[in-house]
Formats: sequence, structure tokens, C-alpha cells
Amino acid sequence: MTDEPKPTRARRSPLALVTERVVEVLIHVSGFSAILFVFGIFFFVFKEGAPFLSKLDWMQFLFSSEWIPTSSVQPKYGAWALIVGTMSVTVLGMLIAVPFGLGAAVFVSEFCTGRLKETLKIVIELLAAIPSVVWGFIGLKVMSPLIISVFQVPVGVNLFNAAILLALMSVPIMVSIGEDALKAVPDTYREAALALGATRWQTIYRVLIPAGRNGLLAAVLLGVGRAIGETMAVLMATGHAVKIPHSIFDPVRTLTATIAAELGETSQGSPHYQVLFLIGVLLFSITFVVNLAADLIVKGVRRQ
Amino acid sequence: MSDDSQFCITTRDLSLWYAKFQALKQVNLNIRQGLITSLIGPSGCGKTTLLRCFNRVNERCGYVTTTGEIRILDKNIYDPDVSLISLRKAIGMVFQRPNPLPISVYENVVFGLRIHSEGGVKKSELDAAVEVALTEVGLWTDLKDRLNDKAVGLQLEQQQKLCIARLLPLKPEIILMDEPCSALDVDGTRAIEELMFSLKGRYTMVIVTHNMMQARRSSDECIFMLMGEVVEHSRTEELFLTPKNAKTAEYIEGRYG
Repeated sequence: MTDEPKPTRARRSPLALVTERVVEVLIHVSGFSAILFVFGIFFFVFKEGAPFLSKLDWMQFLFSSEWIPTSSVQPKYGAWALIVGTMSVTVLGMLIAVPFGLGAAVFVSEFCTGRLKETLKIVIELLAAIPSVVWGFIGLKVMSPLIISVFQVPVGVNLFNAAILLALMSVPIMVSIGEDALKAVPDTYREAALALGATRWQTIYRVLIPAGRNGLLAAVLLGVGRAIGETMAVLMATGHAVKIPHSIFDPVRTLTATIAAELGETSQGSPHYQVLFLIGVLLFSITFVVNLAADLIVKGVRRQ
Repeated sequence: MSDDSQFCITTRDLSLWYAKFQALKQVNLNIRQGLITSLIGPSGCGKTTLLRCFNRVNERCGYVTTTGEIRILDKNIYDPDVSLISLRKAIGMVFQRPNPLPISVYENVVFGLRIHSEGGVKKSELDAAVEVALTEVGLWTDLKDRLNDKAVGLQLEQQQKLCIARLLPLKPEIILMDEPCSALDVDGTRAIEELMFSLKGRYTMVIVTHNMMQARRSSDECIFMLMGEVVEHSRTEELFLTPKNAKTAEYIEGRYG
């Protein structure tokens, strides 16, 4: 520091300038690292499965439900039942979760105040903190006997059981994101509607839900993403049987659970091993498409 | 009491607290039917609070306490049997920032009709209501081909006119305006003031304004408030030319505020 006052620019030490530069570079690197990681993961998964691509019977893989990967005579790799399993569990789970999740978001955001609101938010976020294997326990030991006795069905670990677990797991995400979306709707809209004599319910379904639909849609799709990718709970609660379900009380098997259950028993580089990686690629593509669709829908809605 | 019938809004010993802070102190007012009455005073004097008492939107915040009474059309609006829904149907409000709802122009105008009708309204009635209301506020020629456009995409002046238009199908007795021109430019302000003149007589209008010149130009009566109290209430010319209270005189001269 010199004695005579100088403009602020000149008084910056060289160290400060270097730090500024370094921090800037670091931030850039962390930003681009996300892209790097995504492509890195995709590349790794694809590389492990790729050698089998040329030998794979695509018709069988996508449309046959014969999954007999360990047969020594003629292994069959039909993933159709697994795809149906994942889709059916996800769809049923979302049918349960969306009304509850969005309903809870509306309740927390519009009807609760003060302490009740804070308590509810904490409890709902606590629900999100339960590890999925614990959900699996609940599915096996609580839900399964309950389903057997209530619905008089032979097996309690089935599509319905897993769908309820998935619903419970994705509701917290929908509530927090949905509540944020409703909170972001300007208060002037609420005032305008109320001052015209609208009831609370009219305000919600005529004004708030249309105004916040981007955020609400994002909330639902994040829940869907959570549900498709979930592994442990569905592994424990679906019944893990490779078949096309005919009722919601039939056991199913999902893509994720198949990878988790079988990958440890395959020898590296074997066809079975490579097919499991291709299933990983398939899962990756499904979530990618869901996310992309979400983005496009949200952008499209915004443009209108 | 023949004189009483001229009054549209009457308050008796109206006091209001936001938690511990007293925002209105023993307000006694008689606001005349069919005229434009403006509420003026420096920021924080309680004029917006008072305005928001008349349709009870203040109560949205849970920590508001009100005592005293407000009689509107010979009924105390704080009586327990008063329905907020029909109260707000009869008393429209225009806000500081134009706040059309994020739906189409058409739906904004018929919003009131839709929410206040039980079994739904005929399309022809809605169409007619839209044409009448938009014609009344001078938007029909500009917007008749754009009824399905988003209302939030209009110019601010048009948005504010639309906010007035959406009150009209409900045939309100009173229109409350909370600084309706503060977000508008000179032309927009003039347009809204002209609109107020054209609506005068059919509706009782109460307008909060920061702009003393606007109060002077556009209102018949004027209420000057300070620190939650009504200091002076008289005809606008009297208040501006021969204020009775020294505080009023100083405020309209611009000594503070």
C-alpha cells in the first residue's frame, strides 16, 4: 500500500487478481464437469455392452419376454417383460403419487400457515430421507401381508406393492418442487381473484394451477424420473418374476432390479454381462427421453 | 334520515392493528354515493389499509385485528353473517400494479361471472358481457380481434383498463382503486382518469393516490390522512383551497410527504 490515495483499481494487489482468475477457471471447470460426467458415464456403460450389439437379436431383445440368460443350451435375452415391468410399476406409482403429491403441495402452499406449514414441510422432507432399502423392508414385511389379507390375493409382493412404495418415495419430491412452483406464483394473482369474490378453491384451480403449471409439471416429471430409476425397493417388493402382468396383483420384474440382481453373478465380458449393460443403456435412454420431453414441454408452455 | 341514504360507506370508530402496530385509529368517515372520493396522505398514513378494509382483503394476513364497524349499503360488513364472497362481488378493486390473471383477455372479463354462477353461464351471455365491459372501458375496438390473447401480454394501460373491465360484469356498487395510475405513463394516467369520469355516478369510487394533483383533478371529495387518522375530509376544492387543518395545508403545499 502506498501512502497517497489512488483509485481503487490500482490498489488491488496482484494476489487478488490471480485469485480472481483462479476462481473463475474453477467455476468454469465445475460447470463443464457435469457435461463431462454425463458423457463419461454413458460412454463407460455403452463400452461394456457394445461388443454384444452386433450379436444381439433386436427383435428378441425388445419384443420377446423370454429372459433366460443363464441357459447353457440357448440363452435368451428378451427384455420386453422387464420393460413392461418398469413401465407398469412407474405408471401405477405415478397414478397414486400425482394426486397425493400435488394435493399436498397445494395444501402446504395455500392452506397452511406458520408452525403447521413448517412442521409439514420438515416431515415430508423426512419422508424423502428414508433409504430405499428400508422402503423395501416395509414392502416385504408390512405391505405384503396387508395386501394378502385385504385383497385376498396369493402373493403380496407384486406390482401394486411396489407401485405404492414408489408413490411414497416420489411424493416428497413432488411436494417440495410443487410447493416452490405455487410459491412462485405472484401474490397479486391471488389478490386479484380473491378481490373478485373467488373462494380459495376457485382461486386454486382457476388461477394458481394454470399459472404454476410449468413448475407443477416439472414436479411430476422429477417424480417420474425418481420412480423409473428406483432399484432396491422394487427389487424387494415386485416379486421379481419375469412375466407380463395381467392384473395389478401380479408380480413383475423391472429393468433396474434385473441389473442389480444379476450383474454380480456374471463373469466379466460374458454375453449376459454385456446384455445387462445394454439394459443400462436402455434405461439411460428412457430417462433421457423423459427429461428431454419435460424440458421441451416446459419450454413450449412457457412460450405460449 | 334522508341524508344518510347518500352515504355509501360509513365507518364508525374503525381501528386496525397489524400485530402490535396500530395502522388505523378511530376512523369515522361518510363516503358519498356515486362520487369519486380520494384518499391522500404521506406514505404509511394508512390510506391503503383503509381502502383494503372496505372489501376485507386485509384479513388475508392472519395477524390483522380490526375493531369498530364499516357500514356499506346499511350493513356492517364485519357482522358474522356477511358473506365475503358476495361482499367482494359488490365491491370491486383495482390494484396498484395492473394484475390481469394469466389467462386470456376474454377469460379475464368473464372470470367474475364464471366464479359467481352456480351452474355455468351461456356462451352468448358471456360474449355479450365481454363486449359491454370492454366497450365501457374503451378497449373493444382495440381488442375485439385479440380476445384470446394472453392478458399479461397487453400494454400496461390496457391491462389496467382490463382490470377495471373485469369488475363491471358483476355490477359492483363500489370500485376501490389503490393508486391505479402509479405504474402508468402520462397518457395512461389520463386515459384511466377519463375512464373514472365516465364511470362516475353509476359507481361509487374510492381512490388512493400519492399524486395530489391527481386527487385534485379527478375527485369530488378528498380525505387527508396522517398517522392512521383522518385529519380532514371535505370537498376537493375546499380541501385544496381553504384547508382547515394546518397539517393539511402543509401537506398540500408539499412541506412534507
